[in-house]
Amino acid sequence: MLELKHLSFEVPGEEEAKEIIRDVSLVVPDDKLVVVTGPNGGGKSTLAKLIAGIEKPTAGQIFLGGEDITEKSVTERAKLGIGFAFQQPVRFKGIRVIDLLRIAAGKKLSVSDACGYLSAVGMCARDYIKREVNASLSGGELKRIEIATVLARNPLVSVFDEPEAGIDLWSFQNLIEVFEKLRESISGSSILIISHQERILNIADEIVVLKNGTIDKQGPRDEILPSLIGTSAAVEECRRLMPAAKGAENHA
Amino acid sequence: MLKLDEIQMRLLREVADLHTVPEGAYNIRSNSESAGRQSTANIEITPKTDVSGLEVRIKPGTKNESVHIPVVMTKSGLKELVYNDFFIGENADVVIVAGCGIDNCGNQDSEHDGIHRFYVGKNAKVKYVEKHYGSGTGTGKRILNPGTEVYQEEGSSVEMEMVQIKGVDDTSRTTTAELGAGAKLVVRERLMTHGSQKALSTYVVKLNGADSSADIVSRSVARDDSFQTFDAKIVGNAACHGHTECDSIIMDRGRILAVPGLEANDVDAALVHEAAIGKIAGDQIIKLMTLGLTEAEAEEQIINGFLQ
Repeated sequence: MLELKHLSFEVPGEEEAKEIIRDVSLVVPDDKLVVVTGPNGGGKSTLAKLIAGIEKPTAGQIFLGGEDITEKSVTERAKLGIGFAFQQPVRFKGIRVIDLLRIAAGKKLSVSDACGYLSAVGMCARDYIKREVNASLSGGELKRIEIATVLARNPLVSVFDEPEAGIDLWSFQNLIEVFEKLRESISGSSILIISHQERILNIADEIVVLKNGTIDKQGPRDEILPSLIGTSAAVEECRRLMPAAKGAENHA
Repeated sequence: MLKLDEIQMRLLREVADLHTVPEGAYNIRSNSESAGRQSTANIEITPKTDVSGLEVRIKPGTKNESVHIPVVMTKSGLKELVYNDFFIGENADVVIVAGCGIDNCGNQDSEHDGIHRFYVGKNAKVKYVEKHYGSGTGTGKRILNPGTEVYQEEGSSVEMEMVQIKGVDDTSRTTTAELGAGAKLVVRERLMTHGSQKALSTYVVKLNGADSSADIVSRSVARDDSFQTFDAKIVGNAACHGHTECDSIIMDRGRILAVPGLEANDVDAALVHEAAIGKIAGDQIIKLMTLGLTEAEAEEQIINGFLQ
């Protein structure tokens, strides 16, 4: 279980400090999938980075399984069981997919074990296992490898920052299936996804709407989702991925 | 024959991956003397008579054979200049493994300057691997100045892998090549310097024949107070393709100077130079930290991968 208590994050502004996250309290219970949504610039990615330890909160506390991890480093949080998938997967020259999965697993991973993680994200493992995690891979491929590295850690809490960002429609369809499968095998852990996608919101147990750095709405999916349909917080994949589509302007 | 101590064996492993006497033709040079030599039916190794060094003659059509000529030095204060000439016959296809390891525990500088000349016959294929390694706790420097000259006839192909990862204090590497029609040269250089080491790497490649090509790629890491210069020049004298690339990571107070040089003397010469120098990207380190590595472990993984 992950718990955020009165979390705030501000950055120095030209005249006064700018608050990106304001007094956010939130619980991600065990065995639950929580989706954080809301307009762009609302602080969603910052919230994910605060959980992973990449940014330090200016006030408030973060608890993992009851332990206060607010002062813990990125490395310590990873070891305690926080998994984090980047919105923009990082590329590495010379580091192969299998190397990254071995680092993630923290042990000598056999090729067949590594292939298992790739298969779980819908990749034909033998085509990828020896490839470098560099610019020769497409955005969709990098996204899936990114998710595979989180799976390989078997974390208590997995945080995915906008998994749909920067990929094509075809890749997105496949990605949704990956998350649907993840949802089925959640037992003993919890998942937090930052997303605008209606199909991802559809598999949530709970939905949190973050707006201007604070929680605007929060509750079970059936309660929150109807009020979001047709807004930018819950767009169908076509509208989001094809901004020129009719009606997209109204939801941008 | 082949009486090598523990340190010499360790150096051999580092520079030539040799755990025992190599198969095929070889010459092992230890502290300026030959510690073992073997020719084969197709590859003849003979010592030069006028200067220090070897002549390696590979018969035309020799296939799937290898030549190992590693050098190890464990005496402090030794300085040597060696000329090794390779004559590779037409249509041969061989692997040549050179390399030099210096262990200097004394207070005097140890230096090995090796000049390697390759005369590559028509349609011959050569893979050349050269590794440099230094160790030892003495104050004496470990100095290596390799000179490589390559003369490629029509349709020949040479692939060179040059590696210097650890322990060499001072190195000045000069590689020159002249390519005939349809000849191909590929160079992969990997270099890491640390402490107050200095490394200069100079290339002058002349593409003289039609459809000749050269691809020279250097990946390097400069740590601590070390300094590297990568000076690569390709001269296109015919319809040809040339590409040089310098991709470098700087850390601590390390410095790197990359000097691109392209000279096109033919309207059909296509030459490209790329160079990128910078520190390790912050998001690479953070990504590996989210996978449970410390910052130092993350840096090590990134550098290891980069120099793979």
